[in-house]
Amino acid sequence: MRSAVAASVLLAAPVWADSYKGPTPPAAYTQECGSCHLAFPPNLLPKASWQRVMHGLDKHYGSDASLDAATQKQIDTWLQTYGGQGKRAREEPPQDRITRSAWFERKHREVSAATFKRAAIKSPTNCAACHRDAAQGDFDEDRVRIPK
Amino acid sequence: MLQKLFALLLFASLQAMAATPAELLAGYVAQAGQSASAAKGEAFFKASHGQEWQCTSCHGKSPMTGGRHASTDKAIEPLAPAANAKRFTDSAKVEKWFRRNCKDVLARECSAAEKADVLAWLISVR
Repeated sequence: MRSAVAASVLLAAPVWADSYKGPTPPAAYTQECGSCHLAFPPNLLPKASWQRVMHGLDKHYGSDASLDAATQKQIDTWLQTYGGQGKRAREEPPQDRITRSAWFERKHREVSAATFKRAAIKSPTNCAACHRDAAQGDFDEDRVRIPK
Repeated sequence: MLQKLFALLLFASLQAMAATPAELLAGYVAQAGQSASAAKGEAFFKASHGQEWQCTSCHGKSPMTGGRHASTDKAIEPLAPAANAKRFTDSAKVEKWFRRNCKDVLARECSAAEKADVLAWLISVR
């Protein structure tokens, strides 16, 4: 049984290896977290990192992203329930930045710092510059298009 | 107790109620106790207030065309209601963004008079 599951995962894996297929976040997550940047898939940080992020929104990477108490609690609770699952969430990256995770740096080792600074990209945080359907959780390597 | 809860619910629903830019402006003017100045609002919007970012860092030079977030590069839709009918139609959303962005740009919250001036200018832009 276990090997059958493993086999089916292996068969299905190549297409979705880099894409998010977990539970759909609530509307508040998509709206609030997605207004300044991509509403990042919740599996990209461990729960402890999400908790620090959600309790420091007034100083959120150089910007005030504070929320009303009810919305903050709703998103925090959701991330503590469904966030931090899978292999990407095994480490707490420096400053709780997804882009400082070892897996992120490994996956992007062929992308130079100069490329990340291009006018059409600006920063490694701007997932959708190269992963066009990142908002739908699609990070498939075959569909990456790096703008000139 | 129950009455207090109903009052709170009513207040919350009024806060979230759809509004027009003119209604929101009237609210800020009443709160400030003085009339709004579009000219002052424009100067305030375009000025540096001693922090790393100005309003224009993310919203762009013209509220008719919009801008891009200074660190994430995410597109930001125009602020002027003439260019974007969704702007200034939700009081809670407007308050949330004034609170956050004023702290980024001025390291403090904006006064009702400052909000009134900026909103008067944005409404006047065609």
